[in-house]
Amino acid sequence: MNKYNPPRMNPSSLRSRFATRFLRSLSEINAQKPTASSSSPTEIFRRYRRIKVAADKSMAYSVRSRRTWSRAMLWKLRTRPCGRRSVKTSTIVRKTRHEKQNKNTTTATTTGEDGVVSGVEADELRELVPGGEAMDLYNLLDETAHYIKCLTTQVQVMKKIADFYSP
Amino acid sequence: MSSRRSRSRQSSGSRITDDQIIDLVSKLQQLIPELRGRRSDKVSASKVLQETCNYIRNLHRQVDGLSDRLSQLLASTDTDSDQAAVIRSLLME
Repeated sequence: MNKYNPPRMNPSSLRSRFATRFLRSLSEINAQKPTASSSSPTEIFRRYRRIKVAADKSMAYSVRSRRTWSRAMLWKLRTRPCGRRSVKTSTIVRKTRHEKQNKNTTTATTTGEDGVVSGVEADELRELVPGGEAMDLYNLLDETAHYIKCLTTQVQVMKKIADFYSP
Repeated sequence: MSSRRSRSRQSSGSRITDDQIIDLVSKLQQLIPELRGRRSDKVSASKVLQETCNYIRNLHRQVDGLSDRLSQLLASTDTDSDQAAVIRSLLME
């Protein structure tokens, strides 16, 4: 009995979850465009913002709360329709720190924790990874690896979509 | 001298060793195109973190650029009918 397996995207892979969600969002964004001015610079800029948020949202939802960075991103997305997040960040810090209490941290020290890595670079990294402010070095490195994998998937899928729609 | 192989100073819960940190750093190194394939003992942890930051910034920029590109492309298309086709083309990897 021969089984022909055509190349098939694993429906539960991150890539397919992200692609499906993102395409759906793109459809929604596209459906809302006002026909009269859909090519004006303002409209395009607005669409750009929404697409960017949709990309991040799709990625965060595809990962759900399995990762600290995705939880932090989901939180930010839910509570910042217009960009204010100074207050909310401290809540995330308290929350994640409390969650991590049982696991393996005392404090997120910024002075070189063990001589392997300097505090300054770790802090720079903390600013780039969502939720990084509250992570200790070990979790920061772990989360960063996953975050990078997801970002590269995001870029690959978006590139394919853009190429598909390019004239 | 503080030995690199000693336990780190976490007082509660499990102990994160230097080795675990070093492992994570080399795992990160493999993800960064710039540094992939170089021997991990030849690349300092500091360099890995630096390149990681640069790489993440680069990826963010790419996402920005692609969002921009998509916003312009969407101005002139109807995405609904194409979804199946797009997904199919994403399959061909």
